[in-house]
Formats: sequence, structure tokens, C-alpha cells
Amino acid sequence: MIIDVLSFAMLALGGFFVFLGGLGALRLPDLYTRMHAASLTDSLGTILTLGGIMLQSGWSLATVKLLTILFFLLMTGPTASYALANAALLSRDDDAPALPPAAGGRE
Amino acid sequence: MYYVVTTAILVTMALALARALLGPTVYDRVLAVNMFGTKTVLLVAIVAFLSGRPDFLDLALAYALINFVGVLAVLEFFQKKRHFGGRQ
Repeated sequence: MIIDVLSFAMLALGGFFVFLGGLGALRLPDLYTRMHAASLTDSLGTILTLGGIMLQSGWSLATVKLLTILFFLLMTGPTASYALANAALLSRDDDAPALPPAAGGRE
Repeated sequence: MYYVVTTAILVTMALALARALLGPTVYDRVLAVNMFGTKTVLLVAIVAFLSGRPDFLDLALAYALINFVGVLAVLEFFQKKRHFGGRQ
């Protein structure tokens, strides 16, 4: 019973953060702020959602698979974010957005 | 409760698709597609428990790995293309 309540709370929070990140990725003004919003869904939304259904599944093979999925998502998300920011920063002069003013002082 | 999370993830996937269609640069589109793939993994995992068939988790795992490799390949392609002077 307590596990059910905890799991539903985690699922609801996870859905909320996932939606928040999607809203941010659509509404924020440039690429780097959008990456910030998308990384919110990658970390907190993933942890809360997968943790919520992990509590539902109990001790079984499904929990091990969920842990593996969580591990891979937590490893690949920052790597993909790094590669994306690196590629966007290296091609800044033609079609990527300019750096925000606070960080762009070393032109 | 599964339905609430499923709806939230589906709405987020729609928002990511809108960003992928609107995105001014190619990197915005890559970011949106990466986010769409991650949300697909979450959606498959939720639907596996919604329909009571936890075997679908294997599909989610494979999709996570393929999505990561795909995003890295697209980024590498655009970097190499720019490095060798190609213009689209």
C-alpha cells in the first residue's frame, strides 16, 4: 500500500517533469537553453518514471531490465548532450545560434 | 496513474516533434529527435507495464542504444561535412 502510494507519486512527478521539459524545449529562446530543458527530462523525468514502475514490479527480472535501461539512459544522455553542444559550438560561425552574451566574451 | 504518465509523455513527444519541425538550425532538430527517442523509451517501458507484458522492456533497451548511436552518427556526419567544406 505504501509502496503503491510512493510509486504513484513518483510516476506523477515524473510525468510532470517530462511535460515541463518538453514545454521548455519548445518555448525557450535558443539552442543551449533548449538543451538545458531537454536534459531535465533526460535526468529527473527518467529517474522518477522508471523508479515508479520499478516499485510496481517488485523483485523480478523486469526490475533488472529497468535498472539496465536507467543505467544506459543516464550514461548516454549526457554524452549525447556533450556531443551536441560540441558540434553546435564548433560550427558557430555559419548556422548555429550565437552564444548567450554572458558566456560569449572570448570571441 | 499509468494513463496520466502516458498522456504526459505523448504530449511531450508532440512538443518535441513541433520543435523538430520548427527548429531553425539542424542542431535544434537533432536535440528534438534525441528527446523524442528518450521519451519513446520511457513510453515503451510504461506501456509494457500498462498492458501487463514486461517482455517489452527488451524493446525499450534496444531502442535506447540505437537512439544514442543514431544521434552520435548524425552529429558526426554534420561535423565531418563541415570540416571538409561541404555546404548543404
